[in-house]
Amino acid sequence: MSFRSILFAAGSALALSTAAAWAKDSVTVGMQLEPPHLDPTSAAAGAIDQVLYSNVFEGLTRFMGDGSVVPGLAKSWDISADGLTYTFHLNEGVTFHDGTTMDAEDVKFSLDRARAEDSTNAQKALFADIAEVTVVDPMTVQLTLSKPNGNMLFNLAWGDAVIVAPESIADIKTAPVGTGAFKFAGWVQGDRIDLEKNPDYWGTPAMLEKATFKFISDPTAAFAAMMAEDLDAFAGFPAPENLPQFEADPRFQVLVGSTEGETILSTNNKQAPFDNVKVREALAHAIDRQAIIDGAMFGYGTPIGTHFAPHNPAYVDLTGQSAFDPDKAKALLAEAGLPDGFETTLHLPPPSYARRGGEIIAAQLANVGIKAEIINVEWAQWLETVFRGKTFGLTIVSHTEPMDIGIYARPEYYFQYDNAAFQALMTDLNGTTDPDQRTAMLQQAQKIIADDYVNGYLFQLAALSVAKADLQGLWANAPTQATDLTAVSWAK
Amino acid sequence: MSRTLFLGAILSSLVILAALLSFLWTPFDHTAMNIPEKLQRPGALHWLGTDHFGRDIFSMIMVGARTSLAVALVAVGIGMAIGIPLGLTAAARKGSWLDELIMRGNDLVFAFPSLVIAILITAIFGPGAINAIIAIGIFNIPVFARVTRGAALPLWQREFILAAQVAGKGAARISAEHILPNVANLLIVQGTIQFSLGILAEAGLSYVGLGAQPPTPSWGRMLADAQTMVSLAPHLAIIPGSAIVLTVLGLNLMGDGLRDWLDPKLREGRT
Repeated sequence: MSFRSILFAAGSALALSTAAAWAKDSVTVGMQLEPPHLDPTSAAAGAIDQVLYSNVFEGLTRFMGDGSVVPGLAKSWDISADGLTYTFHLNEGVTFHDGTTMDAEDVKFSLDRARAEDSTNAQKALFADIAEVTVVDPMTVQLTLSKPNGNMLFNLAWGDAVIVAPESIADIKTAPVGTGAFKFAGWVQGDRIDLEKNPDYWGTPAMLEKATFKFISDPTAAFAAMMAEDLDAFAGFPAPENLPQFEADPRFQVLVGSTEGETILSTNNKQAPFDNVKVREALAHAIDRQAIIDGAMFGYGTPIGTHFAPHNPAYVDLTGQSAFDPDKAKALLAEAGLPDGFETTLHLPPPSYARRGGEIIAAQLANVGIKAEIINVEWAQWLETVFRGKTFGLTIVSHTEPMDIGIYARPEYYFQYDNAAFQALMTDLNGTTDPDQRTAMLQQAQKIIADDYVNGYLFQLAALSVAKADLQGLWANAPTQATDLTAVSWAK
Repeated sequence: MSRTLFLGAILSSLVILAALLSFLWTPFDHTAMNIPEKLQRPGALHWLGTDHFGRDIFSMIMVGARTSLAVALVAVGIGMAIGIPLGLTAAARKGSWLDELIMRGNDLVFAFPSLVIAILITAIFGPGAINAIIAIGIFNIPVFARVTRGAALPLWQREFILAAQVAGKGAARISAEHILPNVANLLIVQGTIQFSLGILAEAGLSYVGLGAQPPTPSWGRMLADAQTMVSLAPHLAIIPGSAIVLTVLGLNLMGDGLRDWLDPKLREGRT
């Protein structure tokens, strides 16, 4: 063996050993908002699900990255012919992180707790049609509905419907115990939450040993932390203007996907002059969606013409019906008896889609004579004055719940749209399980609200994430609020 | 006239001219958005480039100067209008309960960091230029009250004041006719400095979103908007930042220069 080959062998041995020592089995994910506590079944805060959904907590069914609903803790189910009885067969050998067994009693406990009179579950409507939960045997649980509900399997996949254990429920807000591939390891408030691999996981084990969620609210700091490689990924990157820089950098990949967030110019349908459909139609024609997407989101986002996600198979493209046409907007205002326009308010919550989008919309409305006074508000103020108080003219907000067209059937909801025909259609929809019929009804619903110009429909919020180039398995889309790390790994 | 004063006066008058000119003319409509032309570098068409909405930055800086100057001017006006009479009264009634009341009241206002209270005021009454003016104005009151009292106190021992008293003039008349003219120089200098602090405070309030609301341009908000775009288009932050720095520098230099120029003792020392 020549000296050179010895050197070569030594060199490659060194290379191998460092590669082994540096083989990454952990990930640090940045996100903007820190959860207020860690119980996904008792708060609306999306940040809780963003950390814990699928990683720590699982439900009977679960969402996949493409939005489909697949079996979770229930391996299969039977639905009775009348659609009123759901029998779930649970997976065998599932344990909670504290070692206790997950069985039908835990399912009954979780669902009964979520739908109880005094429950603090943020999405109680998901469970409204459940009349009774019965334990058939330890591995079988039966749901009896009061009326058929075609959405039941979808509803049970939500983070608000995950299965928790009576043994560990008392401390769930600080020490969550679930059945997922990761278990909770620690929370440094104001900084990070640590998860570690659950060695006793019942399903496909996680590929990472450790995962850390780090909370960075400031977009500039988030950019710096990513660039310095302090973070391996950032879920929901807050500054779209910085994404081209990540795209140009070979160290990173940018994941652009879809969310369930319909970003709309919400209009107070009970407030004059917005109670006149002509005025609302004028609003719709005064808005240039593409300018808003380019100006506020730097091109990320899909135009929408109704309150429905474009990636959903039942979506109807109605953007043409409210195409940008300032002359038509002025004519409609004149028809409505407001040839000189009018004054109103535009409440803007903190996200940049609202603050920047609002400035653009105010300028566009000014072009047709509508003077919208911009009022920047924090989320707490927005909830108080706009959402609960309903004292507003216009506001911009992204409705991020999946499949939420049903809010238009609630006349007391903050934009106060009251249409009996639409409400009847939604009632029919809830009682329909046939997929084709449901699609037809959903399309009809989209058309009704577009014809009534209930709100200004702007764009579907894009899911924007940045990650190291060799990190794989992250969700690009956001069908629900989650950062599912169970299939994430580093490329070899 | 010293070089300091000259430089300060030049910088300040540039800003004032830009603000006045903006009423008559700006290169572009400062609210006109042109999104396809966003984030352009400074060039022949847009002298200072365009912002993230494709608005002309030069026009926004000009109109922003108007906002800054107006807020600071009115705020200093409030401070002077209330602070000076308080200071004169306290000096005229030195040692009385009225003096104590005024000066301890001043201490109370002084004890709070001004920007924090300004944020509190605008948070309670809502953001906007008017509330920013009131918030900044309130914090100018004790400054002028103290300066006036401090300068007026020794004057009350001077012969011409004693003569006026002997002539039967009341304290209010003496304050207005004899004390005020003799402290005016000092107040002008203090006014210049407070004016520059007012511009900083306005920029600070706008930066956190509590100053003038869009679409009214404001240097502080231009800075805040530029924050996430610094690496993409640094001129978005550098230009309004420089505008603030140069204006405040100009006013401070002018204040310094004026003090040297108006102060007889320093002037004698130089000659």
